[in-house]
Amino acid sequence: MTRPTLTQSTGPAHTRILGIGGVRGENLVTNDEIAGPIDSSDEWIRQRTGIVTRARAGAETDVLDLAEQAARRAVEHAGLTGADIDAVILSTVTYFHQTPAGAAIIADRIGATPAAAFDISAACAGYCYGIGQADALVRSGAARHVLVIGAEKMSDFIDPTDRSISFLLGDGAGAVVIGPSDTPGIGPTVWGSDGGQAQAIRQTHSWKETQTGAGWPTLRQEGQSVFKWAVWQMAPVAQKAMDAAGVTADDIEAFIPHQANMRIIDQMIKQLKLPETVVVARDIADTGNTSAASIPLATERLLREGKVSSGALALQIGFGAGLVYAAQVVVLP
Amino acid sequence: MAYSEQDILAGLAEIVSEETGLPTDAVQVEKSFTDDLDIDSLSMMTIVTLAEEKFDVRIPDDEVKNLATVGDAVSFIANAQS
Repeated sequence: MTRPTLTQSTGPAHTRILGIGGVRGENLVTNDEIAGPIDSSDEWIRQRTGIVTRARAGAETDVLDLAEQAARRAVEHAGLTGADIDAVILSTVTYFHQTPAGAAIIADRIGATPAAAFDISAACAGYCYGIGQADALVRSGAARHVLVIGAEKMSDFIDPTDRSISFLLGDGAGAVVIGPSDTPGIGPTVWGSDGGQAQAIRQTHSWKETQTGAGWPTLRQEGQSVFKWAVWQMAPVAQKAMDAAGVTADDIEAFIPHQANMRIIDQMIKQLKLPETVVVARDIADTGNTSAASIPLATERLLREGKVSSGALALQIGFGAGLVYAAQVVVLP
Repeated sequence: MAYSEQDILAGLAEIVSEETGLPTDAVQVEKSFTDDLDIDSLSMMTIVTLAEEKFDVRIPDDEVKNLATVGDAVSFIANAQS
């Protein structure tokens, strides 16, 4: 018999971010409010992290509520409706269900059913991982409009007495819609992992261990090791993303790194030798570290406050627990 | 090329000065990084990384807590390069 030749999909040559939206936890928690249990102070926290407040959501708000609000704003900003979305990617480490995926629930809430929908676990790199996947889905013809959401309610995952990471963390969600473009709008994704450092940022114990009385797990990190890795290993990744996109630091208008720590951001700028004209996202100062949500939230804020304009070239890089990382140069919506 | 302890101290003083703004002659072997030079943990990691690059040595993260004084760092780097 003669076997038929399969049809494989193809898509448009280029993609871009069509719309963006974000939402932050409504309570701004000061350093003084959290310093007591970690025997610290406002001055110590500001000096080591650059954080003045962190945005945290109330008890009645869950991570899917945050994701839904950001998603609705991104779809509206793109000039689309839920029915136009045919894939939803939710990046989160704070949706506490193994199954079903939160993405399917969000798709249904915003009227995108029967969009393909799945969650990804790439921690603070999750948004940039999602952008890489969405870009590939559209250009392969697997989807036309992909909603990428980074959403976290980190305050559900913290220990108030932990001095390593909990005091950094905030809640929020940022979302974008990726779709076809006449011109290139998303540079190649430079990404990777290093599971040999899986303990550098970790959950204290598994969900399985909660069955035997281990209690609710929370996060910990080896702060100094992560700082060193983030600056001196990630700056070359950001450089590779610029090289792959065919641009230099002089072409970049905005630098939007994961909002982990202001000291990391400052050192990365030095390592990358970014010109002073580059607008640097520093949303961490009052939002805190919101993991997968931090880059889209910082992006949305730069645009909303007029610090950069639509069409600007932005270098974005996410990095975190895994360890995992991803970077790309994008045209802002 | 192996650096002498004197070279290492001079190079380390330049790195510390660049990171903290302290004059290089404030960086003496008996000085404590934290108590005398007021260097916090993240600045210490910056200094360690720049020293690794400058002297072509590896200073494991676990080792950094043992480098209490400038002299400790000079000795570690001197031994690590041999």
